[in-house]
Amino acid sequence: MNQVVSTEPSTGAEQFLTFVLGGEEYGVTILQVQGIQGWDRVTPIPNTPEYILGVINLRGAIVPIVDLRRRFGMPAAEFGPTTVVIVVRVTQDNRGERTLGLVVDAVSEVCSVGADARKPAPDFGSGIKTDFVKGLATVDNRMVILLDIDRLVSEGLLGSMSTH
Amino acid sequence: MTLDLTQFHDAFFEESFEALDSMESALLKLDLGAPDAELINTIFRVAHSIKGGSATFGFSEIASFTHSLETLLDELRANRLQVTEATSDLLLKSVDAMRDMLRAVQAKKPIDSQRVADLQFETEQLLAQRHAAANGAAGHAPAPQANASQGSQPAAAAGSASAALSAGATAQANVPLASAGVSQASAQSGTPSPASAPSSERRWKISFRPYPELFARGNDPLRMLRELHELGSLRAEAILDALPSFAELDTQSCYLAWNLELTGNVDEAAIRQVFDWAEGDCDLVIAEETAPAAPAPAEDLTNYDLIAEFDAMMAADAAPKYEPVQAPPASPQPAASIPAASPAPAAASPAAAAEGSGKTEPAGSTEPAHAPERVSKSETTAASGIGDSGSIRVSVEKIDELMNTVGELVITQSMLSQLGRNLEGPASEQFRLGLAELERNMRELQDSVMRVRMLPISFVFSRFPRMVRDLAHRLGKQIEFTMTGEQTELDKTVLEKIGDPLVHLIRNSIDHGIEKPEVRVQRGKTPVGHLRLDACHRGGNICVEVHDDGAGLDPQKIMAKARARGLLGPNETLSDDQAVELIFLPGFSTAEQTTDVSGRGVGLDVVRRNVKELGGSIDIRNTPGQGARFIITLPLTLAIVDGQSIAVGKQNYIVPLISIIESLQIKQGSLNRIAGRGEVFAFRGDYVPVIRLHELFGVEPRARELDEGLIVIVEGDGRRVGLFVDDLLGQQQVVIKSLETNYGHIDGVSGATILGDGSVALILDLPGIIRRAGAGVRAN
Repeated sequence: MNQVVSTEPSTGAEQFLTFVLGGEEYGVTILQVQGIQGWDRVTPIPNTPEYILGVINLRGAIVPIVDLRRRFGMPAAEFGPTTVVIVVRVTQDNRGERTLGLVVDAVSEVCSVGADARKPAPDFGSGIKTDFVKGLATVDNRMVILLDIDRLVSEGLLGSMSTH
Repeated sequence: MTLDLTQFHDAFFEESFEALDSMESALLKLDLGAPDAELINTIFRVAHSIKGGSATFGFSEIASFTHSLETLLDELRANRLQVTEATSDLLLKSVDAMRDMLRAVQAKKPIDSQRVADLQFETEQLLAQRHAAANGAAGHAPAPQANASQGSQPAAAAGSASAALSAGATAQANVPLASAGVSQASAQSGTPSPASAPSSERRWKISFRPYPELFARGNDPLRMLRELHELGSLRAEAILDALPSFAELDTQSCYLAWNLELTGNVDEAAIRQVFDWAEGDCDLVIAEETAPAAPAPAEDLTNYDLIAEFDAMMAADAAPKYEPVQAPPASPQPAASIPAASPAPAAASPAAAAEGSGKTEPAGSTEPAHAPERVSKSETTAASGIGDSGSIRVSVEKIDELMNTVGELVITQSMLSQLGRNLEGPASEQFRLGLAELERNMRELQDSVMRVRMLPISFVFSRFPRMVRDLAHRLGKQIEFTMTGEQTELDKTVLEKIGDPLVHLIRNSIDHGIEKPEVRVQRGKTPVGHLRLDACHRGGNICVEVHDDGAGLDPQKIMAKARARGLLGPNETLSDDQAVELIFLPGFSTAEQTTDVSGRGVGLDVVRRNVKELGGSIDIRNTPGQGARFIITLPLTLAIVDGQSIAVGKQNYIVPLISIIESLQIKQGSLNRIAGRGEVFAFRGDYVPVIRLHELFGVEPRARELDEGLIVIVEGDGRRVGLFVDDLLGQQQVVIKSLETNYGHIDGVSGATILGDGSVALILDLPGIIRRAGAGVRAN
């Protein structure tokens, strides 16, 4: 994963929005975050993978909602009062920009991660896919998993849908 | 003051392309032999304005080319040259060349000057031939007639600043006109040589009535008056009738008009020259004050007098300007034949002459009043139609933005309406009233915005006459092409995408449908084939029909072909209608088969796919030996659909109203099973398969038994199925939103919309559902 680190600017800190998912803390680049909103009813779409919960109306646009727990193969949890949707903008090579919502257990904070605080993701072998993990960061002695959402999308999340 | 003209380039190009389109369509409408003067004027105006524009912007190649084209047109306009096949071909080619030149200039690429030069040469040859022929015929014509020939001068110069020069040039020798720029021309005709003063002073009465928007075209009446003054002694009288009160005065408008009296050795062409750029922006009447010595009594005017006088008048001022006297006659009829001519054609002549010299009356007060009036009126309306239609150009993005915003507003409004319904309290009634008002206004706003996007289908149709003509030419076929319903409006997005399929269908009709003349005669048909293109509104749809009276499609041959291609089993037989449908199958068509099957089918699968993508359908009505009709049905717009909400479980879906045949409730008993699985029921003599939407979409329904829910009979892709749903909810217009923007394509769903409560409902794609379920019975 060395090349991942090398593509990041070595100077300066990057800001991440961190959120909780099944007790683990993840982070997404703040630049990709469009907004955060409370969990609301979605309109299911037929014949889609189970982690696609459906679509919502986001200021007039139809935006798909992805359940990150199910996406990562974690056990589904009841949606509670802290359940939120993080609206992110992703770029896909062949499709341009798209907006989608990620359902997470709770949002925690925005933190700065300096280049020195970032470690490459360890290789777990074939058992666990870490393709969309950009790296690991230590924030206040907690480990934050930095997600590469562009990768997450192209690695099959919405990839199958663009084949039509 | 320096002005950056480049900022106007885009507008110039856009306008020029449009003008060329209208020129092309006018050319195609032109009857050979008996051209409509108004059409020629239209064509002339286009050439003229493009010439003017390109000269202004310094596109000298275009200006020069247009200039020689204009000369040719002027000959046509003045009826000195017949409109023949060759001329109209040449003109059409010139349109193409101009278009390409403009494109090249627009793209800042070099112009294909060889082609331009060739065409220009051809144009000049035609002109030269005309003159040569005329000279041969009138070689030893008596002097007055030869003089009369020069009567063409003022007329030509009136229309264009330059025709005077070209007429002179072609009369003398076949000098290429390419180099004759506008300025040169004006230099020649603008300053009459002082030596040529046979008759001394002439008095001209000029009535100059500019339209209010004269200034907007960059015209300055003061400059014109000054220029007139340079020509001779000028007496000007301003007419202040139209001048409003000071408070209402708009500084951008011209309120003044003038009666002018010009005395001097001036010919009409020179005067017209002054007003050249104001043509179309003013009413202009130039009349020579006939000398008291030769007053023409208006009562006993005969046609002969009129023409003779007209010719004489022209001759008087034109003759001295150019020395060669062996020039062609001005009017279509030689002067000698005029007395013998019947009144009707003779009466036409002054009108034609008047038109030839622009929109005004050249013969002065002796001219019968009604003829020039008619001419000038028609000219005025046509001019305003082209020049100032009171429209503005708006980019499509802006309109789309507007559409989106209005879509949002509609959603917000219906949200409020729902809220208002549940509101209690003293002010609630008023609130509801206000909401009702809002709803009405909203609907109007939505309609207006939708209308902005609607364009007449003529935008697509206009290219076809040319195409048909060229293609028929090439294939040696005679085709009469008619179009109806060009004004039928439809959404721009639909419009843009319907062009190619139509081109395909028309090409097919000409290529394979309509037979060659000799074959047609053999089959007892008229040698001229008929091809019709019709558009009309039908329900919420637009129907476009391509109809030919050619050979039609031969079902037997099609089936044989399909068998050969493996699209049909060797022992399978189809009804004629079904066989004809085969031509829409991908793989049916290859280049090779076009000749041995009655021909249709070149890429018709693509046509069908394109039409389907637009949410439309295509049908064939075929009469073997008699012709075929291809009927395309399209939605008016892609942005809004009339929908029926249906409920399945907790979900609401929208079914496009257009595809619903009816809804009914049936009993479990009336259902039959095929192979223990597929469910069908009898509906109007057909067995219609039932699709349980909840099964297809995997949602939990409220109704599982048939008598608990409803069957909605829908049609898609020419197939019918019964959709089993829980309930029907309301009907509403919904704004279609794409699912593919942020997600992707979903089978059976064509899009989504946002309901009044802000939630999303999916719009069903019935053809997709039917395909997915592999079901459906053919609708008849």
